[in-house]
Amino acid sequence: MSEKEDLAKQKAAAAAKAKAAALAKKQAKEEEAAEKPEGETDAAKQKAAAKPKAAALARKQAKAEAGEKPEGETDAAKQKAAAKPKAAALARKQAKAEAGEKPEGETDAAKQKAAAKPKAAALARKQAKAEAGEKPEGETDAAKQKAAAAAKAKAAALARKQAKEEAAEKPEGEMDIAKQKAAAAAKAKAAALARKQAKEEAGEKPEGEIDAVKQKAAAKAKAAAAAKAKSAAAAKKRTAVQESEEADTPSEISPNQSKLDQIVSAIESHVGQGALLENYINRLSKDVPTLVANPDTYFSIAKFLRYDEQLDFSYLSELHGTDFESHMEIYVHLHSFKMNQSVALKVKLDRDTPVIPSLVPLWSGANWPECEAYDLLGINFYEHPDLKRILLGEDWKGYPLRKDYEPYDVEV
Amino acid sequence: MIKDLLHSAPSLLNFGIFFGLAVLLLFVVLGFVTYGILSERKIMGFMQMRVGPNQIGGKWGLLQTVADVLKLLIKEDTIPKKADKPLYILAPVIAFAPAFMVLATLPFTDAFQFADIGVGLLYYMAISGISTIGIVTAGWASNNKYSLIGGMRAAAQMISYEIPLVMSLVGIVLITGSLNLNDIVAAQEKVWFIFLQPVAFIVFFIASVAELNRVPFDLPEAESELVAGYHVEYSGFRWAFFMLSEYVYMFAMATLTTVLFLGGWNSIPFLDFIPAAIWFGLKFSAVFYILVWIRVTFPRIRADQLMEFGWKVLLPVALANIFLTALIKELLNLF
Amino acid sequence: MLRTEEMLLNVGPQHPSTHGVFRLVIKIDGEIIKEATPVIGYLHRGTEKLAENLQYTQIIPYTDRLDYLAAMTNNYVLCHAVETMMGVEIPERAEYLRVIAMELGRVASHLVWWGTYLLDIGATSPFLYAFREREMIVNLLTELSGARLTFNYMRVGGVKWDAPEDWIAKVAEFVPYMREQLAGYHELVTGNEIFVNRVKGVGIYSKEEALQYSLSGANLRCTGVKWDLRKNEPYSIYDRFTFDVPTREEGDAFSRYHCRMEEIEESLKIIEQAVEQFPEGPVLAKVPKIIKVPKGEAFVRIESPRGEIGCYIASEGKKEPYRLKFRRPSFYNLQILPKLLEGENMANLITILGAIDIVLGEVDG
Repeated sequence: MSEKEDLAKQKAAAAAKAKAAALAKKQAKEEEAAEKPEGETDAAKQKAAAKPKAAALARKQAKAEAGEKPEGETDAAKQKAAAKPKAAALARKQAKAEAGEKPEGETDAAKQKAAAKPKAAALARKQAKAEAGEKPEGETDAAKQKAAAAAKAKAAALARKQAKEEAAEKPEGEMDIAKQKAAAAAKAKAAALARKQAKEEAGEKPEGEIDAVKQKAAAKAKAAAAAKAKSAAAAKKRTAVQESEEADTPSEISPNQSKLDQIVSAIESHVGQGALLENYINRLSKDVPTLVANPDTYFSIAKFLRYDEQLDFSYLSELHGTDFESHMEIYVHLHSFKMNQSVALKVKLDRDTPVIPSLVPLWSGANWPECEAYDLLGINFYEHPDLKRILLGEDWKGYPLRKDYEPYDVEV
Repeated sequence: MIKDLLHSAPSLLNFGIFFGLAVLLLFVVLGFVTYGILSERKIMGFMQMRVGPNQIGGKWGLLQTVADVLKLLIKEDTIPKKADKPLYILAPVIAFAPAFMVLATLPFTDAFQFADIGVGLLYYMAISGISTIGIVTAGWASNNKYSLIGGMRAAAQMISYEIPLVMSLVGIVLITGSLNLNDIVAAQEKVWFIFLQPVAFIVFFIASVAELNRVPFDLPEAESELVAGYHVEYSGFRWAFFMLSEYVYMFAMATLTTVLFLGGWNSIPFLDFIPAAIWFGLKFSAVFYILVWIRVTFPRIRADQLMEFGWKVLLPVALANIFLTALIKELLNLF
Repeated sequence: MLRTEEMLLNVGPQHPSTHGVFRLVIKIDGEIIKEATPVIGYLHRGTEKLAENLQYTQIIPYTDRLDYLAAMTNNYVLCHAVETMMGVEIPERAEYLRVIAMELGRVASHLVWWGTYLLDIGATSPFLYAFREREMIVNLLTELSGARLTFNYMRVGGVKWDAPEDWIAKVAEFVPYMREQLAGYHELVTGNEIFVNRVKGVGIYSKEEALQYSLSGANLRCTGVKWDLRKNEPYSIYDRFTFDVPTREEGDAFSRYHCRMEEIEESLKIIEQAVEQFPEGPVLAKVPKIIKVPKGEAFVRIESPRGEIGCYIASEGKKEPYRLKFRRPSFYNLQILPKLLEGENMANLITILGAIDIVLGEVDG
């Protein structure tokens, strides 16, 4: 650990030098770049927004004239409109099924495997308990106390926790596993899962692709009105189509894919090859491009995102940490007014020694959120100007948002 | 009658008479304060679409203030441990005594006045300045940072605004040629000074609101900044004394405004069958109403802007007014 | 010799103008603030921790307690996050009800801000005027949801129940009335010399600083950044309405005041249009009884009266979130306070703090 810290410090020192240079550059950059982006983007945006709006109004009128049920109609319109991008979306979805779900599934599997040993033990204990009979309260307590006594080693505590969770939510856990299997075997067209995904897709489309879909929807309003009666049938048909198209996997890309590629290539050319562990489009989160950084490259990537002229992620929207039990994770949501694009930057930390450079030198707005992450999760941000337990106070024991936190402190 | 007493030899009987009169006046003033507060609350309620006090003493809430005072009387008297105890106890007295003393020279009607002294106006200004000391003392003795800031603000503000207040009156003194309040009233038999000295009136009125520590000049007790300012540590009857002195000053200031600018108890032409006391009461109420109105309407001015306004606007205007008045008076004398 | 001393002054947590339990330790030299240190956390209730053991529907009441002046938006952000992840299609009528409720909440929230801000500055009457109008909104929302402030009205997939029969008509009536009152507000306060002198040029920050400090909402727009998520990243049905995003260039407290006042007008416009277009239909989509969010994570953000409120959900596919995190705009907006206060006059403290428009329930989570 100390080695690591040393390393980190050296890196930080190196970074500091670079920073000095970058700052000078940045200032010059900022001065000239500062004024432009917003105004221009806005103008463009408004222009862009003007059209769909007009279209939407037209649609509205058409609807009023037709005197038809708005509900069904819109649905129909959307579905019609969705018809074209549907094939694309399907493809995308499958891509997700493969690209998106699998890694997660794998992670989970890994996690579960990692947890497997203590789990097994715990399960055994649990079973033994169950077999032993029905003296629930006292025995459980006793067991707990025993476990607690043994739990001076952190690993044990963790194991117990996981075991408990596992035991309590066995059906769900099982279902999870089942789901993962299904996801892995997506090609095998597990019918239920496919339908579910289809449903998801349908819902996600208006959210994710608002502009494209709605514009189209507006344009085809009249046609859609005619097709209204078929709306129910259309839904069914769509599902069928999706299922039938499930087999082939054309690689349709999300509208944000190009931006993700742009960001990734910029990072790789400036920060270094392999700076990013992973990058993908998070379908669940409105197609936000997600970058997973190395703890080592986290700060330099953030700095690059912040000060690069093309990217210019000048706004830190959100920063928080999460305890994923196998690791800690920092989630940073950045926004660039210049690109009119958000990006999620994530970094996975070692759970036992969660240390990471602070982003406050880049975005002052990261100050309190980092304090909050420190306060509630015990993540240490070095070079933070004033890292304090901002919400709970300095005398609080433990880090409440950690999954192994014991809420019933004697202190409280 | 009082003149005779003033000129007679001191005796126990005279003392008793004076004392009795003073107590009488005190009760009159307390009566005013009681219903002054009630009317202020009612007017504010009316302006803010509320009802105001309406429970104790019938639907008008006539006994509300009495109940409030009673409550204050039986409230626990707290003195902070680290306070400067003698000063802490003395401060409300210092604040209140001058407020009551200034009433002595104020002529309410031609017959109802306690001391008709030659320098009545000067007396008022001089004595009322003492109250500042009481407030600063309170702020200091409480050993509380908020009250200290409040006390300091009060000192700065009241000293600053006393100057334009006095200066605005010099014009009147120039016209009347006297500092006696009765003479000043007499001089307004034809035309009120509000018409002869409009600028002076405006300066005086603004400065008097500031002297009274009322909105928009209520910085010493700005509750949203300083919690309650200089009296933050006071409770019970000591606190009531500060409030009392504030309202007595309000009473005095409304009286003084009436006397100096609105012709005192003089009537409007052709309406002189109405008794002088009623005239006085009407004008007094009008001034009081406007004071409340201002309180309801305005936000609070900022401390530094307040000072700026006092020294850079009010004082030069008041001085210019003096100069102009003197000039015009001389020119009129010439021709 | 004259000797001056710096003084440490505790503003709050029990102070009339900190709008809750906010504490500010300031170092003052006379009336000049040398240093200000905000202390928060007095109202921390661990919403995020509690949420980890609750089903999604059970979390909704907790969101009411974050920003208790605009609870509808909080309700919405959670539902929106869940719906985004699940891909639920919301019935039209529900969307309209949500938008009307949220915009009414926005108006109410800005009214409270307006009233209390003026109260901070020392004017007592505007507070009561603002609360008169706000009371009408609260009554409307009570009719809709059954609660005055903690609505708990939205559900994943729609809203809890439909609006009462003549509710929409009442809302339609309220809009012109509110416009009229708003004109009165401007007459009473906006031009007032004392008020303008107190807020103009106070608490200035530049556009760069605003972005640097992650400010959002009116605090950001007052510097000229035309950024409103309702417009720029339209969620729900906001892309159907014609409204403007009011901005100012100055970046002082007065410009923030203007932004908020104009936002009330824009919200009224939205309400008006929504009422006109109000459709028939169901108010709750077909969602499973026990809501399970697909495995993965999502972060959504929407525009609350105070700025950008976001909701992050990490799900393991269970009926409780694995991790729930709210991006609370007040928490982010408050960060700039120490910087703004440095070197300021003590009398400006309240003016600056008030103009940021914080709700402590939200700051502390």
